[in-house]
Amino acid sequence: MTGTFAPAPGAAPLVRQVLAQAGMETRLLLRNGEQLLLAVVIPLLVLVGAVRGASALDLDSQHTSVDVLTPGVLALAVMSTAFTSLAIATGFERRYGVLKRLGTAPLSRGALLGGKVGALLIVEVLQFVVIGAAGLLLGWSPDFSVPALVLAVLLGTAAFAGLGMLLAGTLRAEATLAAANLVYLLLLAGGAVVLPAEAYGGLGDVVSWLPSGALGEAMRAACEGTVAARELVVLAAWAIVGSAAAARWFRWE
Amino acid sequence: MTYGGKPAVDGLSLEVAPTTITAVLGPNGAGKTTTLETCEGYRRPHEGRVRVLGLDPVADHRALMPRIGVMLQAGGAWSGVRADEMLRHVARLHAHPLDTGLLMERLALHECGRTPYRRLSGGQQQRLGLALALVGRPELVFVDEPTAGLDPQVRRTVWELLEELRSDGVTVVLTTHYLEEAERLADQVHILDKGRLVASGSPLELTRGGTVATIRLVVTQPFPPGAPESLASALGPTTELVVLDQHSLQVSGPADGSTLAVVSRWCEDNDVLPESLTLGQRNLEDVFLELTGRETAL
Repeated sequence: MTGTFAPAPGAAPLVRQVLAQAGMETRLLLRNGEQLLLAVVIPLLVLVGAVRGASALDLDSQHTSVDVLTPGVLALAVMSTAFTSLAIATGFERRYGVLKRLGTAPLSRGALLGGKVGALLIVEVLQFVVIGAAGLLLGWSPDFSVPALVLAVLLGTAAFAGLGMLLAGTLRAEATLAAANLVYLLLLAGGAVVLPAEAYGGLGDVVSWLPSGALGEAMRAACEGTVAARELVVLAAWAIVGSAAAARWFRWE
Repeated sequence: MTYGGKPAVDGLSLEVAPTTITAVLGPNGAGKTTTLETCEGYRRPHEGRVRVLGLDPVADHRALMPRIGVMLQAGGAWSGVRADEMLRHVARLHAHPLDTGLLMERLALHECGRTPYRRLSGGQQQRLGLALALVGRPELVFVDEPTAGLDPQVRRTVWELLEELRSDGVTVVLTTHYLEEAERLADQVHILDKGRLVASGSPLELTRGGTVATIRLVVTQPFPPGAPESLASALGPTTELVVLDQHSLQVSGPADGSTLAVVSRWCEDNDVLPESLTLGQRNLEDVFLELTGRETAL
């Protein structure tokens, strides 16, 4: 058969699909004003506010120095992208039939997830550049352990992404939007992400088992050149539980 | 297939020949979309067997999906994505996509390429949906209500495109509300009602089966009192007479010519001056209404 529409069906190779999907999702994330607010503006405000506030009030304790706060805000940035942004975006993709559409496109579930993870990592790198630069301007002097940092970011992303997908795949889009923002605020305030767990007194033991507390601690350790093994294990456990639950209960429509 | 215990599609059996256009026709709630979604692997039949290009739409999902194109009835795109960006993205997911610029032009979408999806009109969203179904150069496309709500000239553009698909070797299965669409495009028509197949055949086969003729009489003056009754008794019990309004009535009876003679003689005898007297040919709409019940509004 010849002609404009002569059939020549076939899926693109997996790698090309993953790259296309990651690029698309990154562009959409960066184009969305609310998502940018969550990804960059709020973490920057938290960082500058906490550092300035602490010095203005002469509270320069070990919990509020820029060396403790900057890794915590980086952890917050991971949480905002891997959990809140991902959950909201995926919730609306379900609602608008995007997942159904791409499924016939044909994008396999593996390629879709690969694309999403790729987009999360790209956005996180951009967040780290902006927040890290702000921290350095405020006097942050990190002493990175690169393997520890990479592990913390990857496991933290996996843990929050699993939970975000669980939320997005089980609730309506509006409920996902509300819940993802609420959880973000609660963890920002009380999840030991920006401030270390010790700052919470007796509650510290509890919150350090949360993915937020574990990620915050792992990031702080990595920026001081050490590996927080227990926290990384906690994150890995959350990643496994969250992904398994999402795989079990995620509804595509 | 059942929804909440009520069968949506029940005991449906139909086949589609390659490189043809098949129309699945039916009133709202007839099970058209459910039938399509079962073929697309979105739904698993509770009983029976579905094979699409020889594959099981659920078990062989990964193998089947690249070979078919699916146009959803609504949605399917991010709200902030631009029309051309969405089409290029889906093109990139395929091995040998069509030229997206050409497709945008063919579907009269080139002027709204930079418009975000949420700001496209309903008709533009629909045409983009069709473009997304075609861009991967499928062997078989399922299109759900391709022209619902489109302007007449855009509808014609879509029809020409679907006909070109067929001549280029693509098999098209479409659902539609529009009988003229099915009549013009389809090689085979399947009429569904309440989840059951009530008729199948080419438009010609479906409309030909006429042992009943319909005669429509329009008169210049309102009918005198009692006139319709006298015509009914002149025609006898084998015909059905329906008074449409004060000036017109419709008679359905044996297609043997005698009915027409009786009506014209009755006009002469009663000094009724016909404005028009037409012998109706059944069209798909008549067949459809006969099969799915006259109370069904399309």
